[in-house]
Amino acid sequence: MIGADLQLVWESAPFLLRGALYTIGLSVSSMALGLILGFGIALARLSGIRPLVLLARIYVSFIRGTPLLVQLFIIYYGLPEIGIRLGPIPSALIGFTLSVAGYNSEILRGAIAAVDRGQWEASAVIGMTWTQAMRRVIMPQAARTALPPLANSFIALVKDTSLAATIQVPELFREAQLITARTFEIFAMYIAAAVIYWVLSSFLAIGQHVLEARVNRHVAVLRA
Amino acid sequence: MIEVHGLAKRFSGIDVLRGIDLSVSRGEVVAIIGPSGSGKTTLLRCLNWLEVPSAGTIRIGATEIDAGIQAPRQKARIRQLRLRAAFVFQNFNLFPHMTALENVIEGPVVVKRERRDQARARGLALLARVGLAGREDVYPQRLSGGQQQRVAIARALAMEPEVILFDEPTSALDPELVGEVLAVIRDLAREQRTMVIVTHEMGFARDVADRTIFIDGGVIVEQGPSAALFAAPREERTRRFLRKFLS
Repeated sequence: MIGADLQLVWESAPFLLRGALYTIGLSVSSMALGLILGFGIALARLSGIRPLVLLARIYVSFIRGTPLLVQLFIIYYGLPEIGIRLGPIPSALIGFTLSVAGYNSEILRGAIAAVDRGQWEASAVIGMTWTQAMRRVIMPQAARTALPPLANSFIALVKDTSLAATIQVPELFREAQLITARTFEIFAMYIAAAVIYWVLSSFLAIGQHVLEARVNRHVAVLRA
Repeated sequence: MIEVHGLAKRFSGIDVLRGIDLSVSRGEVVAIIGPSGSGKTTLLRCLNWLEVPSAGTIRIGATEIDAGIQAPRQKARIRQLRLRAAFVFQNFNLFPHMTALENVIEGPVVVKRERRDQARARGLALLARVGLAGREDVYPQRLSGGQQQRVAIARALAMEPEVILFDEPTSALDPELVGEVLAVIRDLAREQRTMVIVTHEMGFARDVADRTIFIDGGVIVEQGPSAALFAAPREERTRRFLRKFLS
């Protein structure tokens, strides 16, 4: 019995792995875009310009206050009613990007604000522009604070991409569903999918540790 | 070298500076003393626009800035002013993610686009000058306060400024570390560098500064050659202030 299950999982592996590729592609591109957009939203929040601050706050409040599944349905099933028709993958990409950007913006805002004001001043007095100070002095320090929560947000995103199954994206979970519908092998197939998600998350966790060691170089000596 | 006219600063309804006129000539070392809250640090911070004055003009070298024009509209000129006047902070503000040498060459390489190898050579020489030869690869957290402040001074010197502004450079230091920092500043004074130093070290001000300015309540109460001001202050407020330090 167990042997037959394993046999089936083995035969389905190509489908599951193809689904996993969609999962990876969707997660990585949404995270990359979500970092850029999130950084922009964080800057808007920190700009002190009233309308920008307000807009950013409403955005983050909406993203955090509504279920991701509902957001995806609005984009994929709702937008066509007002003439915007997007395929499953673009819909998912937009939905995940907009969502993760909201969470990332809060992380980045907090991390940037936590950098000592003296660091801005020290950058200014050696003649740095705002951009130079941000790139050379502020972000490297903010990265230390931001990295662990950003890694969390990335791992959560990888798992959340399974929601895309509901809008026809052939990612890992959807592939697993399709196989179970065909073979009625429910338990083994979903366990296999879960294991693949777990492996992906574990790789991210390893990446997080490597990056953390990098940005913490200047304090590492003290801990030893 | 420095020309200040009618400098005023209001913080949420309180007049911190009320019309300061000041001129410092090339090679002059000026100490600013005064009780806490007198406005002396605010004055220094206004000199390179870390604090935006409410009124007045400031000229350093050939760059003049009028507080009447909004800061966002003269960003380039403010940067120019800051390149002429280096600033040394009370709490060092070194970049914690950079080594001592990286701290020193950051400005030359990123802002002045100096070649990295050339900046490195100059940076190493500057670190040696402040007594930190061999510590170039150490991160600030591993340095004592006195060493950190000397790196900060090297960082200021690396920009080859016309003026150096010191904001209570020894106030955050343990007493036994004050001397090493003052010694470095004293060396710079000997080289006839133009410097303005806000300080609580009265003996240092008397010995090193050509001129001492006493500020209280946002105005210059009295100023004169350091020796004279400390030996025979003319104003009653100055006398009262100095008495507290001597006893």
